[in-house]
Amino acid sequence: MEFLDKAADVLIIGGGAAGCYAAITLAEEHPKLSVLLVDKAGIKRSGCLAAGVNALNAYITPGHTPEDYADYAAKDAAGIVRDDLLLTMSRGLNEVTRRMEELGLVILKDEAGQYVSRGWRNLKINGENIKPLLAAAVRRCPNVEVLEHVSAVDYLQADDGAVTGAWGVGVRQDKVYFLQAKAVICATGGAAGLYRPNHPGSSRHKMWYSPFNTGAGYAMGLRAGAEMTTFEMRFIALRCKDTIAPTGTLAQGVGAAQVNAAGERYQHKYGNTTSERLYAVVSENLAGRGPCYLETEGITEAQQDSLERAYLNMAPAQTMKWRETGLGPASANVEVEGSEPYVVGGHTASGYWIDAARATTLPGLFAAGDVAGGCPQKYVTGAFVEGKIAAQSAAAYAAERPGAALSAAARERIRTRIETLLTPPAASPLFTVESLEEAMQQVMDEYAGGITAGYRYTEKQLGLAARHIERLTRLSENLRAADGYGLVQLFELQERLLICRVLIEHLKARRETRWHAFAENLDYPGTNPALEKYVNSRLSDGKVQIIYRDLVKRGDRYEHQH
Amino acid sequence: MSISIEPEKCVGCGRCTEVCPGNLLEMTAGKAAIREVRDCWGCTACVKECPRDAIFYYLSADLGGAGGRLYAHDTAVSLTWQLRLPDGSEQEIIVAKNKANAY
Ligand SMILES: Cc1cc2nc3c(=O)[nH]c(=O)nc-3n(C[C@H](O)[C@H](O)[C@H](O)COP(=O)(O)OP(=O)(O)OC[C@H]3O[C@@H](n4cnc5c(N)ncnc54)[C@H](O)[C@@H]3O)c2cc1C
Ligand code: SF4
Ligand code: SF4
Repeated sequence: MEFLDKAADVLIIGGGAAGCYAAITLAEEHPKLSVLLVDKAGIKRSGCLAAGVNALNAYITPGHTPEDYADYAAKDAAGIVRDDLLLTMSRGLNEVTRRMEELGLVILKDEAGQYVSRGWRNLKINGENIKPLLAAAVRRCPNVEVLEHVSAVDYLQADDGAVTGAWGVGVRQDKVYFLQAKAVICATGGAAGLYRPNHPGSSRHKMWYSPFNTGAGYAMGLRAGAEMTTFEMRFIALRCKDTIAPTGTLAQGVGAAQVNAAGERYQHKYGNTTSERLYAVVSENLAGRGPCYLETEGITEAQQDSLERAYLNMAPAQTMKWRETGLGPASANVEVEGSEPYVVGGHTASGYWIDAARATTLPGLFAAGDVAGGCPQKYVTGAFVEGKIAAQSAAAYAAERPGAALSAAARERIRTRIETLLTPPAASPLFTVESLEEAMQQVMDEYAGGITAGYRYTEKQLGLAARHIERLTRLSENLRAADGYGLVQLFELQERLLICRVLIEHLKARRETRWHAFAENLDYPGTNPALEKYVNSRLSDGKVQIIYRDLVKRGDRYEHQH
Repeated sequence: MSISIEPEKCVGCGRCTEVCPGNLLEMTAGKAAIREVRDCWGCTACVKECPRDAIFYYLSADLGGAGGRLYAHDTAVSLTWQLRLPDGSEQEIIVAKNKANAY
């Protein structure tokens, strides 16, 4: 294993939607700063955007205001959102959209040159190449160096706790990098792979969220003492059966309603928030009225044709399925199912506890995109806005910091840890990364509200889940790796185990059912007004400490008390 | 389990190994190989990237697959998807890059 050093004014960890946009912003607004962007994969197709996206889900159309968007997101999340974050995000949506169009994204326009919207907050696009366009823009930035196929493992910290960089492991070459910077932006996305997926066997990674976003940013933050918020607002996607392809295109695009096996429309019985649409399917299935479908039968051939293309631009498996079976959406309704739960701050409100400048509770560390909390429904354009705000804040911070040198002792600790992990075990090991991951997913599935539990759990079950996760964490400490790729897999497992541990404590702390399915606590089936608060957490002396915080409402602006 | 590499078509250019978001593809003895096929997300980035049609996408059995193979040719103006069905028939769908989705 080779140990290498790199330094820059600003380090961006994760070159997805938020990280790439942060890099582009720093190049435009601070061309004299040196920027290092590190990603575990190649940025052309890394992260959520790999296959392409269907629409820009967040945009303020004429006649609407950023306040409308914030109100909508607050209602969908039953009030557990940060209004200051939602507003600062919503106000930037249209500007980043215009910029993305300049970078080459095709957005549908009418004859008058106005964007064509889908509903009041979505724009129709060709999103297949959104990631290659972003990556190409980043590569044109003269002050941005891109380091690919290096997975960040932990932050580097100064004595006062300030974040001064990160270290990571080469996935393809056996190299460890010490990446030092004056300011750091975390943009590693959310966490998938915590729960047993829809297809645990040969298609175990055929999931909605990127299976390669393993929650590194959450785990790194927790280990460094950062405060997190709202992990318990899990995101569970309602998707086309088997292909796990998006359903919004069918529901909003051709106006397909949900129907059960008897062809009855049932949505009105359950409400129409994101979690209620999923809860409706779960409930119909539990009542023996499944499977559930989106009622597409009877759409025109021309509509079917357009849908096939739309799916090829984001989820080709769906088009393939229609073609292979010879049963397109015009001739057969599309069956739907719920995915396994994820922790993802771009859809729900889980992630770093930040201020409006996207500063975390650790000096020098900023967060943007799915890894940042408090601001749900930001989607790809919201991730861009947060990347931009975080870039501006990080630049201002970096201008005032001399930058700290990594101590010889810290360097030695990391080196020793890596060398220990690479030492072959004395006897052939009983457990592997794979077997512990499987066990973790099974525990979460059965005891912490996974698919087989109908997303429901009790306090007693959460207690069992916590005990098992503790056991698996202990077992994971004996695992060893053979090379860089193996090390990264081992670190990913440990990240996920830590996130599971914190998630369970969050689920326990919200003694109510504020969101059906997303956090369905069978011991507390109703809402509790006393819990109109954020559930936050941090690790302190190795223990998960839960902090309840008051809601930040319209007109308020939260500030960290450093 | 979603992609398969046809070694006889692979010319070893390495392009697919650059784009996999999970670093699943690597070069072994001059040919591309997947580390663990169960870890594939099915994003088709590698399918689009391969200049030789050496990688195809398929639906595995647990996803309801029936043996079709999906190839893609990526050019500056369009993405052409080619589906080869087990009965030997072929279907093609061309998606223009300058056209937005209708839905
Ligand atoms: C399948 C799918 C479809 C979607 N469709 C739409 C849509 O149609 N419209 C819409 O508006 N939104 C859509 N979204 C949401 C949108 O894609 C995300 O909100 C957005 O990509 C989040 O940006 P991000 O930068 O936080 O995460 P990502 O874009 O996923 O980027 C995270 C990056 O961090 C890297 N990374 C992770 N861990 C590490 C580590 N340890 N070290 C270094 N790098 C690391 C990853 O490789 C990745 O490049 C979709 C999401 C998914 C999953
Ligand atoms: S389809 Fe995507 S995840 Fe699967 S091997 Fe190809 S690039 Fe990697
Ligand atoms: S891109 Fe195609 S030809 Fe090039 S290495 Fe990969 S499989 Fe082989």
